[in-house]
Amino acid sequence: MLIGRLTPWIAGAAALIALPHVFSSGFALTLMSQIGLLIVFALAYNMLLGQGGMLSFGHAVYFGLAGYFTVHYLNFIYEEQVPYIPVTLIPLFGGLVGLFFGILIGYVSTRRAGTTFAMISLGFGEMVTALTLVLVAIFNGEDGIQADRVLGEELFGITYGPNIEVYYLIAGWCLVCTLAMFLLTRTPFGRISNAVRDNPERVEFIGYSSQRIRWLAFSLSSFFAGIAGALHAVNIEHVGFEQVSVIQSGLVLFMVYIGGTATFVGPIIGATLLYFLQSTLTGVTEAWVLYLGVLFVGVIMFFPGGLAGLIAMHQPIWRVRARLLAPLLIPYSRFLAALIVCVLGCIGLIEMLYFRSSRLSTETELVIYGVESDPFSAGPWFIFVAAAAIGAFAVRKTYPSAVSAWNTAIADARARPPG
Amino acid sequence: MESIIFAMFNGVLYGMLLFLLASGLTLIFSMMGVLNFAHASFFMLGAYFAYQISEGLNFWAALFVAPVIVGLVGAGIERWGLRPVHRYGHVAELLFTFGVAYVIEELVQMIWGRVPVPYEIPELMSGALFTWQGFDYSIYRVFMLVVSVAIFVALFALLTYTRIGLIIRAAVSDPVHVATLGHDIPRIFMWTFGFGCALAGVAGVVGGNVLGTEPAMAIQLGPIVFVVIVIGGLGSLGGALAAALLIGIITRLAIFYDYGLGSLLLSLGLEIDTTGLLRDFTRITTAQVAPVLPYLMLVLMLIFKPRGLFGTRDV
Repeated sequence: MLIGRLTPWIAGAAALIALPHVFSSGFALTLMSQIGLLIVFALAYNMLLGQGGMLSFGHAVYFGLAGYFTVHYLNFIYEEQVPYIPVTLIPLFGGLVGLFFGILIGYVSTRRAGTTFAMISLGFGEMVTALTLVLVAIFNGEDGIQADRVLGEELFGITYGPNIEVYYLIAGWCLVCTLAMFLLTRTPFGRISNAVRDNPERVEFIGYSSQRIRWLAFSLSSFFAGIAGALHAVNIEHVGFEQVSVIQSGLVLFMVYIGGTATFVGPIIGATLLYFLQSTLTGVTEAWVLYLGVLFVGVIMFFPGGLAGLIAMHQPIWRVRARLLAPLLIPYSRFLAALIVCVLGCIGLIEMLYFRSSRLSTETELVIYGVESDPFSAGPWFIFVAAAAIGAFAVRKTYPSAVSAWNTAIADARARPPG
Repeated sequence: MESIIFAMFNGVLYGMLLFLLASGLTLIFSMMGVLNFAHASFFMLGAYFAYQISEGLNFWAALFVAPVIVGLVGAGIERWGLRPVHRYGHVAELLFTFGVAYVIEELVQMIWGRVPVPYEIPELMSGALFTWQGFDYSIYRVFMLVVSVAIFVALFALLTYTRIGLIIRAAVSDPVHVATLGHDIPRIFMWTFGFGCALAGVAGVVGGNVLGTEPAMAIQLGPIVFVVIVIGGLGSLGGALAAALLIGIITRLAIFYDYGLGSLLLSLGLEIDTTGLLRDFTRITTAQVAPVLPYLMLVLMLIFKPRGLFGTRDV
């Protein structure tokens, strides 16, 4: 029983150890380090949104402030003004900074839930972002602050000079934090936090203060966000106002929501996928934020459970018998093919519109899907409009059969005894 | 004294612009329970549409046509976007409008580019209307004030004295009851949403050429409008007006009278620290903290009076 429960964790740890040996390029290493700390941030954020029902537009405050304090602390250690902490344990310091601000700001903002909480979190987010630009001595305005993470040799001769050592630092903290946050969901506190999300009034009736529970959840979430912020500061060796800004808060919201808020693994999927897409696509297209926004709106409208929710929808089917998934294959692939045609057409149109409007890039040629497309002639427009329209039509046609295939499969699965 | 009046004039002007945005937002919020995160994006759309129309025709056509288009876009987004999301609850609706704000900002960049567009004050109104005590009161700023006051009066009259206003006020306080009386609540929601967006569009038309028409204008103004409706009390039009004027005047006065704690301490004959980490607290001036002031007021309000100035219900 215990072995079965431990399997995902051991597999995860093995994957974290093995990954840099499989993808050993410098780009892959930075990518994986960044994903590792964003997973911690996303899971911390989901403690609020998914488990506590609190939608925050300003959670980057704790991530970013922890980053600022970490960078200052590293610099102070360098100047020998403060007691020495090994860099391995610096994320804990960042977490305590996050916890401190979480307790402080959470006291005011968790008095209300729902929409009001969201508005207050936005207000605090804006206030801290504005302050980082005003208080130049502490935050150094738009330039941000640099630090050096190499402070000398630690255990086993680790210096955190090479990126691979930082990767293992982040991987280790990522694993520990993920385990800690997972175990938190299994405690009475985790359960009562879910109850506050679902029905605060009943929670009051069984003798808990729903405001205190929200405050506690908020503070703990800020603690883990602080750890992620400190890891970010150690990884990049720089922190700027972008890290506290609403843009960073919005990004973690997108990651968590697109990944799926209802399951524990959702934020992990979202953070991995979105950061991977972001770092590979920003160099290729100008329209990345537009695609992200459209994807987010699409997820809210059509599958609010997110990607993990889509997977979880099929769990009861394969639990009973994996073979029951086979009839889904054809309707699903027809729907997916239609969707891909539609999306490819839309992407082509968007890329050409962007190309026409950006006056900077008029010198170069626009290449879409490896083909040179002239956005000032009718040909490519015709092709992409046709693709988008035919795809959209086919999506409408194939969607009902995909849904009914799932309905049949789930009915089949429920009719059979588990075996 | 003269300078106070001039600063107050600019503050009232900015406040009335905020009110145009906040009135639509608070109307939508109190009726549908939806906090429209994309509200300032409709303000931005108003400015861009006005720029486009005044390029082809003239400013006056833009003043009347652009808000109508913005209102129709808003109603469309409510009908085909927000209404299907309604069943997932208010948080999903808020998230939806947050996503819409991103998409609108990117679409604006896609169509009009990432740099500001040259949306100018109409030539007819570019001069000064009168000069009083050494300060120029430009025709356009007075015109802005007249437009926003006229809209406030019209809105107030519409809600108080007409049948539509009666239904809207009833739907704000009890939508279920109004539906049982035979009114099509989803349709009222749709047109209220569109109307609120059109008000934001008006603000964009008259404010876009003064504040600058650029893709970042929505994200700069949006959070301040939220602050306005929280401080005024959610769902209260009078509160929104008072809070908008308060924030407008305070921020403009803070910029106009550029005082700092440092100069105060110096005038009292005290030493000030100019090197340490805390040097900012004596160095910064009121003009630099002006952007922080609305949020500071929000926090203080939430601690001491969570219902806002004129709020009747819990936020």
